[in-house]
Amino acid sequence: MASSLDELYRDVILDHYRSPRHQGALKGPHVHAEGQNPSCGDEFSLDLAIEDGVIVDVGIQGQGCSISQASGSMMANAISGKSLDQARELTHTFKVMMTIEDGDNPVDPDRPGSVLGDLEALQGVRRFPVRIKCADLPWATLEDAISKAAAKT
Amino acid sequence: MTDLSLVRSDFPILDRSVNGHPLVYLDSAATTQKPVQVIDAIDEYYRRHNANVHRGAYTLAAEATAMYEGARERVASFINAGSPREVVFTRGTTTSLNHVAYGWGLNHLQAGDRVLLTMMEHHSNIVPWQLISRYTGIELVYLPLSDDYLVDLSKLEDLLDERVKVISFSGMSNVTGAVGPTDLVEAARSVGALSIIDGAQLVPHMPTDVRALGADFLAFSSHKMLGPTGIGVLWGRPERLEEMEPTEGGGEMIRDVQLHESRWAPVPQRFEAGTPPIAEAVGFGAAIDYLSKLGMDEVRAHDRAITGYALERMSTIPDLTVYGPEDLDQRGGAVSFQLADVHAHDIATILDQYGIAVRAGHHCAKPLMRSLDLAATARASFYVYTSRSDVDRLVDGLLEARTVFGLA
Repeated sequence: MASSLDELYRDVILDHYRSPRHQGALKGPHVHAEGQNPSCGDEFSLDLAIEDGVIVDVGIQGQGCSISQASGSMMANAISGKSLDQARELTHTFKVMMTIEDGDNPVDPDRPGSVLGDLEALQGVRRFPVRIKCADLPWATLEDAISKAAAKT
Repeated sequence: MTDLSLVRSDFPILDRSVNGHPLVYLDSAATTQKPVQVIDAIDEYYRRHNANVHRGAYTLAAEATAMYEGARERVASFINAGSPREVVFTRGTTTSLNHVAYGWGLNHLQAGDRVLLTMMEHHSNIVPWQLISRYTGIELVYLPLSDDYLVDLSKLEDLLDERVKVISFSGMSNVTGAVGPTDLVEAARSVGALSIIDGAQLVPHMPTDVRALGADFLAFSSHKMLGPTGIGVLWGRPERLEEMEPTEGGGEMIRDVQLHESRWAPVPQRFEAGTPPIAEAVGFGAAIDYLSKLGMDEVRAHDRAITGYALERMSTIPDLTVYGPEDLDQRGGAVSFQLADVHAHDIATILDQYGIAVRAGHHCAKPLMRSLDLAATARASFYVYTSRSDVDRLVDGLLEARTVFGLA
């Protein structure tokens, strides 16, 4: 029991919650998207600066629980420097991670440089089904931003 | 109060464990648990008496009607109404307030009129008025709160004039526990305005006497006072109920139906279109019997004692802030709080792992939360079955949350 709490609130999650990466709005040209969970009031907003199909800068802002805000910070790290296609793929991998059955792990946490990096720490959320939507919020916002970017080109 | 362990033994759900721990239920402001007397009354109704009310000429229908109307009589005497005819059964507080907004407001309010609310209203006493403002052009104005979380009546004279046609306010906040300003009833009378009390939290927690309160309408819900969900009350002064138009048409609410027009049944049936929640009324009646047996003065005394104990114990937790009045005479048993930078949802998740149920979020009172500059709080709320040991477990859980978040 206490161990599932330890799995949920891994140090890396609390670190991203307390010191979010890429925090703030972007000043130059960018696409902007906002997401919220009306049931709990969590909010997340995302700026992506895109050059030649590559995310060259990310800015995040939000308020909410440790899971939603840490997920956003980790996501910002993970998509920075990636192409839009890679960001789409990452979103898919993340979603698969959050829905897989126990023991059916799509990422090997021991493999160096495995694709999700810090984001794997969010696997503990799967034991708390009501909190999965918290982890999903930034990614739903990212999907919105990517489709806005695609519509622009 | 009656021996607390006897009260607790009436609530079967308190025997269960959650995540390996005995349940500590601290979300009674959202909904209360049900004593076996209520559960049995509903069970007995369906097993032996079920029929539709106010029609069939057979024994079961007569029994069901007597049980449904018997519940109305219990409600009337519980709030000291002049007559059961002043008691309209609705789906709950929200529906009751919508009845008044649509049934009275649409026909009596016009552009330029004002509805005066307070900053501590639940969404159910805000949104219906916003909805009818689209048809009527009325304006909503809000009384602010003072630093002690109570409605600041010193601001009343700035807002109270003949444009104010309705004053509708919470009798007790579901967020801060603050009691509402019943002086507003007199203020309403002084400008000829209608007064409405949202009693969702008030009626379950305080002895209620509608004749002493003097308001025009009082709304409350069964499920926040040991009864089932799906039923609540709109109490109204007889002359005000007569001024109200029905907001729903159908069976039960008519005297005669012609092809192009109909005549309404008398109050209160006029406002109870369709088959009513009969089993729920029976359960509600049993809940009122249960509370009456405990005695509402005792219910209030227990609330006050357990809230005092909780505030005292919680004040020993480092980095914990409570949002609500300190004066126990000015508050009920809903305690909203924050713990350092730990978000309310994280607190609720951690406590749940120890079998402790608390609410987290904006508590359907976003304007209040914004005025306090809060996005979310955790809330522990108490009722007749809450024990000191429940509070102790909450405190232990909050200390554990500090550890999980590296604060201890």
